[in-house]
Amino acid sequence: MAAIEVRGLVREFKKGPRAVDGIDLDVAEGEIYGFLGPNGAGKSTTVLMLTTLLPPTAGSATVAGFDVATQGAQVRSVIGAALQEAALDRFLTGREHMRLQGSLHGMSGADLRQRSDDLLERVGLTEAADRKVGGYSGGMKRRLDLALALLHRPRVLFLDEPTTGLDPQSRSALWDEVARLSREDGVTVFLTTQYLEEADALANRVGIIDHGHIVAEGTPDALKAEVGRSSLEIEPHDQTQLAALESAMRPFGEPVATRGTSAAIRLHEGAGDVAGVVRALDQAGIQVHQLRLREPSLDDVFLDKTGRSLEGSGDDEADAEA
Amino acid sequence: MSDGAVLTRQVAVIAERSVRRTFRQPAAIVPAIVFPIMLLFVTAGGLRAAESLPGFPDVSYFDFALAVTFMQGAIFATGGAGTDLATDIESGFLNRLSLTPMRGSAVILGQLGGAIVLGVFQATCYLAAGFIGGATIATGVGGVLAIYALVVLMAIGFGAIGVAAALRSGNGEVVQGLFPILFVLLFLSTINLPLELIPVDWFRWAATVNPITYLVDAVRSLIITGWDAQTLLVGFAIAGAIAVLGIAASAAALRGRLQRT
Repeated sequence: MAAIEVRGLVREFKKGPRAVDGIDLDVAEGEIYGFLGPNGAGKSTTVLMLTTLLPPTAGSATVAGFDVATQGAQVRSVIGAALQEAALDRFLTGREHMRLQGSLHGMSGADLRQRSDDLLERVGLTEAADRKVGGYSGGMKRRLDLALALLHRPRVLFLDEPTTGLDPQSRSALWDEVARLSREDGVTVFLTTQYLEEADALANRVGIIDHGHIVAEGTPDALKAEVGRSSLEIEPHDQTQLAALESAMRPFGEPVATRGTSAAIRLHEGAGDVAGVVRALDQAGIQVHQLRLREPSLDDVFLDKTGRSLEGSGDDEADAEA
Repeated sequence: MSDGAVLTRQVAVIAERSVRRTFRQPAAIVPAIVFPIMLLFVTAGGLRAAESLPGFPDVSYFDFALAVTFMQGAIFATGGAGTDLATDIESGFLNRLSLTPMRGSAVILGQLGGAIVLGVFQATCYLAAGFIGGATIATGVGGVLAIYALVVLMAIGFGAIGVAAALRSGNGEVVQGLFPILFVLLFLSTINLPLELIPVDWFRWAATVNPITYLVDAVRSLIITGWDAQTLLVGFAIAGAIAVLGIAASAAALRGRLQRT
């Protein structure tokens, strides 16, 4: 049985477009599924539906075998979630958060105390546990958020952009913990992110969403292999030579979209073509300001599927929320 | 665990959290206590001449004005319960709680539980200030208990209005906007003079149709008159009606706010 099974899921808002427009996906038990896309792509709306906080307009979805539309209480009993921006009460301590949330989950006494202590230690907050959350750093808040999501031993964990705004060290620590949850505890993780390297580093499989549609899905390696070869991007010293540069590069590969001040191609023969390109530019009298050879990335996959680069492609409009 | 026990436990932990966060914010608790007491002493000094008006009760103006503090406390309860909940909605904390098996009704009742604790604490401070200022309670210990009962009902009623506004709007500024409206209503009641002594016709009419008049009069009767069954009955009935309507409005707003399946 898939831990998450989604068929034709749709969410429309009254005064907006379809935030999620008929997506299908399956996440296996114990898998880390990365849901990658720019701001406004529909990631958070999907998470809100899968966590039962927002009813779908159409389609169906099950989490751990329970229907999100008709078995909300059962779904909530088996999931944990850390939604966008750690929503914490700055006047309560970390331990008080654990007690409040644990009590609402029906936990009490020694079990709640022990579980809270274990999780606070696991996320490195034992010393800060009795301090008010208002004094926590962003990374500490995110770690407490994760501990709270795990308190009732969920089988499926939803993390909505868990590392947005974190420094590299905090981000890396959170990645380690999420990987450990999947590897050692068998927790299924549904992770949304707009960071390519996060999806690449953590996810067993990745779904790329854009304008409410899943445009690509597979393992990061398979997706990159699908795009195929390395790409070469060159910025001319003289911008008036941009057209000549594109012509000179064209025999060595297919053009790839850029931000307009450079030319890029996906090389026919990979890195082995670079010497030929440089010779062609020399013959054409084009001076190079910058040259970048890149292995295929998930951004290339996004670019390939949507014609836009993921980095900076968000359309400012945040995911429509309930 | 029975359904009732589960709900009781959930209400208790949410109320406990509400009380903790309130008492950890001096800016939230201090004005709610200091402001009504200051106003009591200021008006008791400034309007003392009213004692000599024909028809004014045979008590000091300080004793007469003491009841007003409890009304102001109730209005602060509106702001407190509602603003906290609006903050929870804006920050996503309500979503966090919604992901647990928490009953929707526990959100409303828990917030109101916190408002009751705050209301009782405030009332104790107002009574202490009253005793320090030389007030006596005409109905004795029983009357003090009756005042607490009215305070609890008013905290529920006015707290529920704040909760309903928070759930409806999800915006702390909207909740704060209720505060001046309720204060205007307070000043259009019998807080400064008995109804019969209000000299301006439109003001007397406004005070007559203003439910706050009857809440003030009920508390005041316990302090200065003695056991006045009719005044108390009307006061408790109006406080109860505000509580019922407030909770009904909160429940309706909650259905719109919590869209979880």
